[in-house]
Amino acid sequence: MEMQFMLLFSRQGKLRLQKWYVPLSDKERKKISRDLVQTILARKPKMCSFLEWRDLKIVYKRYASLYFCCAVEDQDNELITLEIIHRYVELLDKYFGSVCELDIIFNFEKAYFILDEFLLGGEAQETSKKNVLKAIEQADLLQEEAEAPRSVLEEIGLT
Amino acid sequence: MPAPIRLRELIRTIRTARTQAEEREMIQKECAAIRSSFREEDNTYRCRNVAKLLYMHMLGYPAHFGQLECLKLIASQKFTDKRIGYLGAMLLLDERQDVHLLMTNCIKNDLNHSTQYVQGLALCTLGCMGSSEMCRDLAGEVEKLLKTSNSYLRKKAALCAVHVIRKVPELMEMFLPATKNLLSEKNHGVLHTSVVLLTEMCERSPDMLAHFRKLVPQLVRILKNLIMSGYSPEHDVSGISDPFLQVRILRLLRILGKSDDDSSEAMNDILAQVATNTETSKNVGNAILYETVLTIMDIKSESGLRVLAINILGRFLLNNDKNIRYVALTSLLKTVQTDHNAVQRHRSTIVDCLKDLDVSIKRRAMELSFALVNGNNIRGMMKELLYFLDSCDPEFKADCASGVFLAAEKYAPSKRWHIDTIMRVLTTAGSYVRDDSVPNLIQLITNSVEMHAYTVQRLYKALLDDISQQPLVQVASWCIGEYGDLLVSGQCEEEEPIQVTEDEVLDVLEGLLVSNLSAAVTRGYSLTAIMKLSTRFSGVNRIKKVVSIYGSSIDVELQQRAVEYNALFKKYDHMRPALLERMPIMEKSASNGPTEIVQTNGETEPSVVDSKHPPPVSQPANQANDLLDLLGGNDVVPVIQTTVPTKPASAGGELLDLLGDLSLTIPPMTAYNKNGLKIDFTFERANPNPNVAVITIHASNSTEADMTDFVFQAAVPKTFQLQLLSPSSNVVPALNQGTVTQVIRVLNPQKQQLRMRIKLTYTLKGSPVQDLAEVNNFPPQSWQ
Repeated sequence: MEMQFMLLFSRQGKLRLQKWYVPLSDKERKKISRDLVQTILARKPKMCSFLEWRDLKIVYKRYASLYFCCAVEDQDNELITLEIIHRYVELLDKYFGSVCELDIIFNFEKAYFILDEFLLGGEAQETSKKNVLKAIEQADLLQEEAEAPRSVLEEIGLT
Repeated sequence: MPAPIRLRELIRTIRTARTQAEEREMIQKECAAIRSSFREEDNTYRCRNVAKLLYMHMLGYPAHFGQLECLKLIASQKFTDKRIGYLGAMLLLDERQDVHLLMTNCIKNDLNHSTQYVQGLALCTLGCMGSSEMCRDLAGEVEKLLKTSNSYLRKKAALCAVHVIRKVPELMEMFLPATKNLLSEKNHGVLHTSVVLLTEMCERSPDMLAHFRKLVPQLVRILKNLIMSGYSPEHDVSGISDPFLQVRILRLLRILGKSDDDSSEAMNDILAQVATNTETSKNVGNAILYETVLTIMDIKSESGLRVLAINILGRFLLNNDKNIRYVALTSLLKTVQTDHNAVQRHRSTIVDCLKDLDVSIKRRAMELSFALVNGNNIRGMMKELLYFLDSCDPEFKADCASGVFLAAEKYAPSKRWHIDTIMRVLTTAGSYVRDDSVPNLIQLITNSVEMHAYTVQRLYKALLDDISQQPLVQVASWCIGEYGDLLVSGQCEEEEPIQVTEDEVLDVLEGLLVSNLSAAVTRGYSLTAIMKLSTRFSGVNRIKKVVSIYGSSIDVELQQRAVEYNALFKKYDHMRPALLERMPIMEKSASNGPTEIVQTNGETEPSVVDSKHPPPVSQPANQANDLLDLLGGNDVVPVIQTTVPTKPASAGGELLDLLGDLSLTIPPMTAYNKNGLKIDFTFERANPNPNVAVITIHASNSTEADMTDFVFQAAVPKTFQLQLLSPSSNVVPALNQGTVTQVIRVLNPQKQQLRMRIKLTYTLKGSPVQDLAEVNNFPPQSWQ
């Protein structure tokens, strides 16, 4: 199974996250994003979550105001890809506490960090929700510790 | 210099922009600030600046000037810096840029870092975007981490190894030892990624596949534990334990069990268990069932299991969730060849899916329906499919029409039904029918001899209604040209005959010529049809007029045709009946198929030169091609090579060589001698091409009266090709006072024995004479 990329975008077509697992130039990425976003936004609500696009299979699902869209290869199990998308949404939800689009806009780097603890090279690396969140938590702690000493020194005036 | 603004503040500011221009201005201002900050090599705020750059990049603005900064962040000791640095690298760098190679050393160091989260960052980045060079350099480190006892790192290393193998397949071998005890891990993350790694290796190498077959029992056990174990909160999804792992194991089992009896047998039970016990109320259960079905169908499973799988798909078809229906149709399409009968049972449900609202589901239902058509259900299925053709979106019409034609051809219960079905398609989806359908249909109609009157009548009526659909119009004009006599005869067995006059028919055909709706090709068809009617209708004057008018048409194709037909009327009128005769039954073979039909001057007559047992009728078409090729270059006969072959060295000079060629000692022969008409053949070798025999016929007449309207026709067996050039005259003078000569060129690439059938027609003392003869007495030198 090769997930080639994952895109998150709003109903107005604004990109909120783009994760590419295949080497493509910036120009190519922009073109693909533009075309695919347009195609998906044009679909009616009653249509199924899968479509053939170029030589890829696209699996997408809308959660509130955000579209989560993955491109997978021909032999892949679309139904489990839906579950992958759902798991990612659950992780975001747990992390941000009732996640909404604004959380992802203002904390996009965190959204990436969470995705990178869940998927690696397009495959799931951890199937336990708890473990992914624990890892993120620890990494966040590490980040805080790294920044803490500086602010303490600043406070004392010893910058 | 004030501290650069924070990321969140920038985001907030940019979002207040009311227009694109305002946003662009803000971004440009911030970019300028960031650039100067970079120039100052400010370590403190580099992280913040790159993060802002990444945000602006996501909005679509250029951020390439931040690439090197990402590398500096990665090299930093601070975790925050590394985190943003690696993220930036993954977003801004790609392997096409040489810059990315600078990362290699940093990644190598970080792979050996004391903090596992740093190691994790490095593994993630390498596994996501590592180029082949990077993978080659760092594969050793990854392999080391694959053997660590730290499950957090081990699982990442496994997926990183997958990426390395994808980029540099030759490195696969080095990961083999590390895979030894991967499956004995308890940690699900490691298990999952290990299965992914094993899958990748097995898919790429048959040797690996054979090697890992021994893991089947272990995989079966793991899967069994997952299903039988009680509730595990950590991995539970709607009551199912770790569906991701289950699906992955099922997929690996599929690969291992394919074409292997023992492995397939070993997994039989577990597959049956999963298939029957999995909860199907939610998507997650269905995802596992789907994977199970795919596995069952691919391995050497026993028939009971296969039926179980197809039934699962059948249930999927009835599911409310359209995603499930879509997936079912896709799978059924894959299995319909191998398990045809089982899928047939679900035919009615599949046909219902034709009415689904979703485009993808409709397409699959259509493909599957065509695959299920057979002799028993053809009438019912065709009814549904024709109804679908009427109402479906234009994107489907071409495929559906082709499918209907194919199915009708294979399973038509009667000729009448076949013609009716074709008519229905042409009238409802006529403009979407593929171009090659026209010649195919014409061939079909020609060969349904007893239906000619019915067909031409129906087509004529269709033309009266609507002349906009080109394929319909083309087929109709061709038929009217061919069978116009039947049309005006007022006789039709299959249905109520219509009364049509010759003038009415010509009105319709002329209407096509002048209509704006007609394509150029269509005009060609109708002009030829009009011409053909000159031998089928009683009055030719109108036709002559039409033909002469189009002799000055702006359309070159029409002009050429008209001029040639005019020539037929003026100079070769005696040949016209033969030329425009009814078409013979066409043999359907791959080479005589649509492509050749299209080539011959745009006419629909197939190349008849290669007919097996040449009926004399075939010759007129050939001669017609000769005569009509006023512009030269007969498409049908192969081009005679004009390259001069190297002459063998000989003692004599050039003169002697020439003489040598001329006197190739092929003796002349008498091909025919009857009723006063004698035909002799003399031979030459065509100099450039030894495979071509040039025969000159000499026709002489020993009777007292001239033989007028003399026409010589010849046909040869299939392996030969024949070209007939113009005769010197068509009057053979009486009492041997002169001969009519004509040149025949025969291409004989296979050097087979030359045989010929000739047909002679002439008028002697007012009565027409016709004779057929076989010529078998060719001297061996003429064809060896």
